[in-house]
Amino acid sequence: MDMMPKWAEVTLVPLISLVLAAILSALVILAIGEDPVEAVNLMVTGALGSTYGWGYTLYYATNFLFTGLAVSVAFHAGLFNIGGEGQAMLGGLGVALACLLIPWPHWTLALLGAAGAAALFGAAWAAIPAFLQAKRGSHIVITTIMFNFIGAAVLNYVLVNLMRPPGSMDPATARFPEATHLPTLHDILLPLGINFSKSAPANVTFLIALLACVLVWFLLWRTWLGYEIRSYGKSEPGAKYAGISPVAITMIAMLISGALAGLMAINNVMGEAERLVLNAVEGAGFIGIAVALMGRSHPFGVLLAAILFGFLYQGGAELALWTSIPRELIVVIQALVILFTGALDNMVRMPLERLFLMLRRGRA
Amino acid sequence: MTFLHKFLGATAALGLSSAAALAEPAVIFDLGGKFDKSFNEAAHNGASRWAEETGSTYREIELQSEAQREQALRRFAEAGANPIITMGFAMADPLSTVAPDYPDTKFVAIDVTWLDAPNVRQIGFAEHEGSYLVGMLAGMASESGTVGFIGGMDIPLIRHFGCGYAQGVKAVNPDATVVANMTGTTPAAWNDPVKGSELTKAQISQGADVIYAAAGGTGVGVLQTAADENILSIGVDSNQNHLHPGKVLTSMLKRVDVAVYDALTAGTDLETGVFTLGLAEEGVGYALDDNNAPLVSDEMKAAVDEAREKIISGDLEVASYYATDSCPALDF
Repeated sequence: MDMMPKWAEVTLVPLISLVLAAILSALVILAIGEDPVEAVNLMVTGALGSTYGWGYTLYYATNFLFTGLAVSVAFHAGLFNIGGEGQAMLGGLGVALACLLIPWPHWTLALLGAAGAAALFGAAWAAIPAFLQAKRGSHIVITTIMFNFIGAAVLNYVLVNLMRPPGSMDPATARFPEATHLPTLHDILLPLGINFSKSAPANVTFLIALLACVLVWFLLWRTWLGYEIRSYGKSEPGAKYAGISPVAITMIAMLISGALAGLMAINNVMGEAERLVLNAVEGAGFIGIAVALMGRSHPFGVLLAAILFGFLYQGGAELALWTSIPRELIVVIQALVILFTGALDNMVRMPLERLFLMLRRGRA
Repeated sequence: MTFLHKFLGATAALGLSSAAALAEPAVIFDLGGKFDKSFNEAAHNGASRWAEETGSTYREIELQSEAQREQALRRFAEAGANPIITMGFAMADPLSTVAPDYPDTKFVAIDVTWLDAPNVRQIGFAEHEGSYLVGMLAGMASESGTVGFIGGMDIPLIRHFGCGYAQGVKAVNPDATVVANMTGTTPAAWNDPVKGSELTKAQISQGADVIYAAAGGTGVGVLQTAADENILSIGVDSNQNHLHPGKVLTSMLKRVDVAVYDALTAGTDLETGVFTLGLAEEGVGYALDDNNAPLVSDEMKAAVDEAREKIISGDLEVASYYATDSCPALDF
């Protein structure tokens, strides 16, 4: 089984994939007559060169962390949750309702309340596909995709007809009251003497996302439930034989997954926009799949992959702002990274495995 | 001495050019992108016409995410871009927080009329008036008495279009049926010609023989299928009559290109405040050219032009969905 050492598996494979994606991207940029070195420079300084850049990178990363963890938990149970998009959308609705209907005295309480609502709504949206899978055998991939569209329709109806403030023609809720505004990294780091950029949207939710990483790790590798989830994912007949209920594990794993996806809303809805807009999730649910694939469904890997995608998003934005590289090309660059790290994994892995085998034989 | 002169000259030129670069305007396109065959593309056309005619340049960005709205506004404002033109109602909220921070920068907000900001030129279009006129044409051209409306997403802006259209249809034929459908619930609905084509077929099966598309790039599919199935269609935003000559009854013009061109021409001297461009200002209208001349009879043209005059003079009022959040002629 162990064709190559663990360290090579977790570092070399993704790194080589990334380098390959970068080389191809550079060729694409060259082909349209722009300077790839300048482009990379702009992306790196724009995304990581200032606290402003970091603020945006970490903001996007927080979104991807939650959705990436959501996909990972379901993966461990052998379930492919493609519904992160819809679950995060509904989570946003939960956050908006919690922030607008309840007069919170302080942001800490508002955060707890809104996080609860987000997790509840997200989990509820995952519960129906989970039930259909567990009891009726309807494939979770199909049902969760369909629920994304139903979720979009629900949100559209609620925003246009019920929650839009009178007079505004923008299908979005009113702004949340002052007391629910979350402190940004600027507010948190200022007492520590670090002057983090004021205009960046990264907020306290990033710390919650890190906490979620630790909790997911603890759940999966240090609890009975996590053990059951992983055994069920590895082998359903084996898990059944060991007395693990498929119905219970499917439901629980999907509820946790939906709750994690829903929790993303405290970052983008409560932390950044401070109101709920129609297009709040904008694909983070799908990026979560790539993040989970790339992070090998391990919370630490997910963290690294989420930061990488945050970098690609913010770096891409800087490219769009200051060069004439069209945004479609920026999507191509992002897609190349996904392609190499997610889909073409074996292309890098197999030659590497052969190399390590050769090395081992040479030594023996 | 000569060296000093050259040096001074060079620094002066540098100073001038950097001042010119500072005054460079910027355009922020909405998520659809500048080639959306519709709203953003109209702005792109207006801006490129200005750039070609004056030989000037402008900065631009096509937004990719919601968080970029405020980011792009601030980045351009900090880089000294002036004026900064924004597209779409979704820029209203970010503008309301960013504009006060840069009081010396002028902003232009297309499709926004409800902000309280002294340095923003807010431009709204009376889409219901233009839609009313094309609705009249549809009502007169329809033989079956059933006409169709295909919108992008079910949002207030599109209801505004549909509401004016339905009123126009009912004005010439009170018994007419208006079939209305929306393409989808996600932003993909603005660029889904295949779905537009399916909806067109569905509306034809319900008897519709004139279909008005207000759905961005989706409308291309509507116009194509209508031409294939030998019924009439109505284009939107820019003049789309040429796409299928003799098959497109008319197009509802929304002169975003003119608004953007005018704003760029005015430059930093531009007048701020709230402007609504209707029929009187020729901000909206219906398109008549060689491609659709055989379709629009003199009688139809006379009726529509009369209504146009009446709307301008105030004798005829087209109910606006925006005013009451409801429509007298169409249920959504």
